[in-house]
Amino acid sequence: MVSYLSRIFGLGRLDLAEDVVQDTLCRALEVWPIQGLPDNPSAWLMRVARNRAIDMVRRDAHLRYFAPELVQLLTAGEGELAQAPPLQKQIAFEREIKDDELRMVFSLCHSELSTEAQVTLILKTLGGFSVSEIAHALLISEDAVEKRLGRARKIFRHSGGFEELTDASAIGTRLEAVYQAIYLLFSEGYHGSGREGTLREDLCFEAIRLALLLSEHPIANTPKTYALLALLCFHAARLGGRADDDGLVQLELQDRSKWDPDLMSRGFCFLERSSSGEELSDYHLEAAIAALHCSAATYENTDWAKILELYDLLVRLKPTPIVALNRAVALGKIMGPEKALTELGAIPDAPKLKQYPFYPAAYGEFHLLAGRPAEAAKYFEEAVKLARNGHEASFFERKLKACGIDVGS
Amino acid sequence: MTKFVYLFRSDPSVFRSMSPEQMQQTMKKWMDWREGLEKNGHIQQGQRLDGSGKVIRGNAKAVTDGPYVEVKDSIQGFLLVEANDIDEATELAKGCPILEREGTVEVRAVAS
Repeated sequence: MVSYLSRIFGLGRLDLAEDVVQDTLCRALEVWPIQGLPDNPSAWLMRVARNRAIDMVRRDAHLRYFAPELVQLLTAGEGELAQAPPLQKQIAFEREIKDDELRMVFSLCHSELSTEAQVTLILKTLGGFSVSEIAHALLISEDAVEKRLGRARKIFRHSGGFEELTDASAIGTRLEAVYQAIYLLFSEGYHGSGREGTLREDLCFEAIRLALLLSEHPIANTPKTYALLALLCFHAARLGGRADDDGLVQLELQDRSKWDPDLMSRGFCFLERSSSGEELSDYHLEAAIAALHCSAATYENTDWAKILELYDLLVRLKPTPIVALNRAVALGKIMGPEKALTELGAIPDAPKLKQYPFYPAAYGEFHLLAGRPAEAAKYFEEAVKLARNGHEASFFERKLKACGIDVGS
Repeated sequence: MTKFVYLFRSDPSVFRSMSPEQMQQTMKKWMDWREGLEKNGHIQQGQRLDGSGKVIRGNAKAVTDGPYVEVKDSIQGFLLVEANDIDEATELAKGCPILEREGTVEVRAVAS
């Protein structure tokens, strides 16, 4: 049921007119509880959304500017399909959805919008994310999200048009934003930073689905697309071992037999395909790092030297505080806790990590390793306070206990 | 087994202001409740009513628009269920999520 619903709410792509989606979902909420689930819920939603959109265009002259898109949406393949046999209809319907979705992804990446705004918009309309979830995923305030969305809607009101998938050059420049949105969608699911606090695997697989969508289209299946796909598969493979009944499990204690061998081998397969081009992107590097974690039979066998090497490259390519934080952790595995603490202190732009619980947790970890449990406990306490859900909180509380110090309250 | 009708009344505008998250939660609650009823063979059928309608009155056959009770108490739909007796039917209805947003479920026995 849950995966079902997130697929349904992924239908947000249908709208530039957000109202249509809202109406359609309202309609589902009115009808399904009483009449029961329709046989094919996504087709049901599609049909209702279509009819609603036609109605809106007919009734309201102000909405006519949506007409070109809507006509395209509404008429796509309908004529000949009416007579087609059911299986063929189903296949055509699915292809149509895929194309619509891809077209929507690219359309939202409007050149007048900043990449951040594009990402926000994609998460909102395609991922069905709430404003607070977006704020968590992007480490910004809810106000900032609202502002971005408002600005984006304004731009679309003036110059919103559907991006066709025929112009390779235009698509190329928009791919970047699409990658970032998919990446963020995945990490939102992976870290489960929403209020309900579970690892929302559905979101992860939604991100993989969108990345696969790119890889299936001749215009978007670049080496970088495959690198991103590889990265997502490697991370997703480890979902099974990431949490137990008590919450998150740290990497060194994870049961590696719970990692998904199928997803790992897919990861390696995509990684191979990604190595055909000239470009070495951040996704290539991150995928390679994830591959090294996956291919280590035990935590002790992890090739930290190689990982640090990759992080050194990555931090140059993508100098964000979170990458720097991860690099410091890898460095600590080789050079010891004191060096790691120095590195942590030297992270540029560290104030951006103020709300990020794993930042103080990294300090705590290395103070603990350095034999200063009292110091470590202070940092883990802070991490507990910053934790975004129960899973994270209990994870840091476990660490706090490991310090063996009775802290204050 | 006796047949009963559940009449659902609520403010029809309540879904309009929901976020996708809240919608998802509400849908899940409804489906969980329904599933429980369905599993035990209580549900016969259900129909959702649209907001529009006409009312015809008296010998003059005067026609007016819309439901004639207050909008916030308008009937949203009905469910035909089977239960041993009115107590069981009432107990089952108590799990209905409509109650969480100040709606009501009216339980009526179908005359045999």
